[in-house]
Amino acid sequence: MRRPDRMLKRLPYLLPLVIFAGLAVYLWDGLGKDPGRLPSALIDKPAPEFNLPPLEGRDPSQPLATDHLATGKPVLVNFFASWCGPCRVEHPILNAMAQEHGVTIHGINYKDRPEQARAFLRQLGDTYGRIGSDLDGRVGIEFGVYGIPETFVIDGQGRVRYRNPGPLDPETAEKIMALMETLE
Amino acid sequence: MRLILLCALAFMMVLPAAYAIAPSEMLKDPVLEQRARELGKELRCPKCQNQSLDDSEAAIAVDLRRIVRARLVAGDTDGEVKAYLVARYGEFVLLEPPVKQTTWILWFGPLVIALIGAVVVWRIARRGRAQMTETADELPDDDTETGPVTR
Repeated sequence: MRRPDRMLKRLPYLLPLVIFAGLAVYLWDGLGKDPGRLPSALIDKPAPEFNLPPLEGRDPSQPLATDHLATGKPVLVNFFASWCGPCRVEHPILNAMAQEHGVTIHGINYKDRPEQARAFLRQLGDTYGRIGSDLDGRVGIEFGVYGIPETFVIDGQGRVRYRNPGPLDPETAEKIMALMETLE
Repeated sequence: MRLILLCALAFMMVLPAAYAIAPSEMLKDPVLEQRARELGKELRCPKCQNQSLDDSEAAIAVDLRRIVRARLVAGDTDGEVKAYLVARYGEFVLLEPPVKQTTWILWFGPLVIALIGAVVVWRIARRGRAQMTETADELPDDDTETGPVTR
């Protein structure tokens, strides 16, 4: 049996191993993450100020502005465009959330031609509450959007609570609806 | 043939770094345009991981270059332009991370490691010299007496 002080003196030998193990765990964790999924700078902050005209061809009395987001119950804001492939992929999921689970989803039609956006909605279904027309993408920049589709969860007070960059999949949709229930 | 290829290669090497900025995007005021260029080099295109705004042709980079110029024309300082983008896109848009508590390890970590290395080397060198001057009977019989770093 070694004397304890002798053991203590040997301890520094272990230091590189400990550092390596720590780094390995940290870096291994990072490997699985998608660097394209940035956290939003707006989390827990009020949704940006904006006021968009409705998509041409829809009810002209239904614009989309910041005020429509703080209604006392959580809503989704979904950026979409007809030219965006992943938007087509996620659209049936949005429809199901709205129709089967009663989620209010407002759309922001991002840098799109209104007639093409209308054709997109005719083809895939239109279950949006309001749709604002963001022709030049300025409101997208206010939200920190860098590529669509992007979906934001806004709570009853109009604060951004979650952001999903990229298309929704069924799992994410479940998670989002669970989150919205906790906000209600 | 070989000569032509070589010439082409040499020509490509002396070409100035190509910017993605289209002439139509540029400001008429050369001073403001110069400031926009400096900012464009320090800001990251959020879509493209490690390209600056000026280097990227992504649609979002074009939009953000336009925003940077619009803010400069409106009289923003460089810091205000950066703050505007950070508020929307997070600190990710700064190609050079700011020095603050959460980035200390990034900025000072290499320096600390170099210092530790210097101390270790210094200790080994000092002991080596001490052992050379010691006579055989003065050598400690237990190597752990000489400190934590032993061979």
